[in-house]
Amino acid sequence: MKLNYTGSPDPRTFKDFFGTEIPRMLDADPNLIYLDADLMSCIGTAKYGKAHPDRAINCGIAEGNMAGIAAGLAAAGFTPICHTFGPFASRRCFDQVFMSAGYAHNDITMIGTDPGVTAAMNGGTHMPFEDVAMYRALPGATIVDPADTAQLYSIFADLVKRPGVKYLRANRKSNDRVYEDGNTFEIGKGVVLREGPDATIIAAGYMVGKAMKAAELLAEKGIQVSVIDMFTIKPLDAELVAAYAKKTGAVVTAENHNRIGGLYSAVAECLAATCPVPAGCVAVEDEFGEVGPVDYLAERFGLTPEHIVAEVEKTIARK
Amino acid sequence: MNTSEKRELRRFAAEIRIALLEELKARGFGHVGGSLSICDLLAVLYGKVMNYRVEDPKWADRDKLVCSKGHAGPAIYATLALKGFFPMEQLKTLNRPGTNLPSHCDKNKTVGIDCTTGSLGQGTSQAVGMALGDKLKGRQNRVFLIVGDGEIDEGQCWEAAMFTAAKNLTNLVWIIDDNKKQLDGPTADILPTFDLRAKMEAFGFDAVRVKGNDVEALYEALEKKPEGKPVAIIMDNVKGSGVKAVEETASNHSMNVAPEVWDSYIAAVKADLEALEKEVAEA
Ligand SMILES: Cc1ncc(C[n+]2csc(CCOP(=O)(O)OP(=O)(O)O)c2C)c(N)n1
Repeated sequence: MKLNYTGSPDPRTFKDFFGTEIPRMLDADPNLIYLDADLMSCIGTAKYGKAHPDRAINCGIAEGNMAGIAAGLAAAGFTPICHTFGPFASRRCFDQVFMSAGYAHNDITMIGTDPGVTAAMNGGTHMPFEDVAMYRALPGATIVDPADTAQLYSIFADLVKRPGVKYLRANRKSNDRVYEDGNTFEIGKGVVLREGPDATIIAAGYMVGKAMKAAELLAEKGIQVSVIDMFTIKPLDAELVAAYAKKTGAVVTAENHNRIGGLYSAVAECLAATCPVPAGCVAVEDEFGEVGPVDYLAERFGLTPEHIVAEVEKTIARK
Repeated sequence: MNTSEKRELRRFAAEIRIALLEELKARGFGHVGGSLSICDLLAVLYGKVMNYRVEDPKWADRDKLVCSKGHAGPAIYATLALKGFFPMEQLKTLNRPGTNLPSHCDKNKTVGIDCTTGSLGQGTSQAVGMALGDKLKGRQNRVFLIVGDGEIDEGQCWEAAMFTAAKNLTNLVWIIDDNKKQLDGPTADILPTFDLRAKMEAFGFDAVRVKGNDVEALYEALEKKPEGKPVAIIMDNVKGSGVKAVEETASNHSMNVAPEVWDSYIAAVKADLEALEKEVAEA
């Protein structure tokens, strides 16, 4: 695995990715079909949609309807990709996703953009800290929270083709860059980004770059930690979690989500069943979101490298 | 309505637009199109129609406003500030860390906001519940509900509309801002609404269609006595209305423009206001 972590943002935004990859994939595969709920311009697919209204379908502001239509298209032999903002890709259409797609085995991919604090200026109503919790409770679902676009390039086509309901949460802008282009990733397999014996930080999405930074800050203090990018939150790479719990004796998760039902819950459930060690958590403390710039919100909700450092030190002390 | 009352409302609408544009300029960006298109309506509601007490914003018998298209919050904040619900200075805190003025309406944050909205469609059912509750409590007030013409893509709006007519909630006035655009473009290209007036009539409303910038027609429609049916007002409107340059911008849902550009919008509204003052002076 070739890393490219410098602490700076990924030069490509996720919007760049979606705006080029979704049209390219639609052109390449006539069975693929893309649906949106009046937010095509937000992920760069509006132009393609105008030219190909039968391949990129704007369903209007009707997310439940969109999810149901996607399920019907799946039943008719298509591979649907849907997009809307994270809160609407989870809360607003969950029963349709759950029953018409999940329960009925009509396989769809749902992209929810601007997860957690990255909803920023849209504010609390648009800030999903619960989307992962909801999708984790959907049997057979796959949940991916990519660290950067290089990673997403490698896995997106596989994700879309996987059976079941797939939920992809990604910022429209960019996270910190972590990877060099050209790496390949496997859905369901976590990536070890750094090795250290004192503790393991397990992070996903927006928090992966923050975890790398935290590891650097900890190293300056003489604490050497391992860092794992757990971009697939479900199915969780339980083997890797257990192995690093055993190896390092302490685990701290870091996620841009409520501490209830997300990565911390998944990892804690796994540890309880495999290798119980002290497990700390950097996540939103069961609160609603609010409006503001991302950096302010990261500080406000405790999602900075400094918060990870403090949690690691606390957790190591419990060993 | 006499000419001077009409002018007064037009003046108030221009003041709302200026305050709104100053507010957005202070942050640099925001939901300008759908905020501008309700300014005339807000002038009529807060200038003449609604009963409220600035000194007692939670007065139980007040008329209430539910802006289901919650992203138009900045226009309501401008109106509330002009009416004295909070200092004008506060408008500059829009979307700033710790603000009481978030991008979408929040009744727990902003004095004078009656309903929390932002996930489109949801204001409709809440408004129905508020109107039903007021009616059950025997209050004489009304609830005014603003819905976007894109927002009505949400099935929930139609569930709420059915309920409104089924329970004959004549204390709830539906106002659909038919400004012809949603986020990705023209409503007609995304999900055409067809004949909204006929649709609302078929749902059991007494529906009228009025120009969204005609304060007199809006006033008459809002004061229309319900005759055994709830009233629905379709505002024939333009997204960005009142600022030609915004109206003519194809993608005007949320705009991020330089301070000089905001200033040019403000100057345009100020020129309209001056023309109005001249009219008053000459009258
Ligand atoms: C449930 C939901 N889906 C999507 C959005 C994102 N969104 C915000 S405004 C908007 C367009 C609204 O169009 P319209 O109702 O016509 O309002 P207006 O044009 O008057 O601003 C969209 C899609 C949202 N806020 N809520």
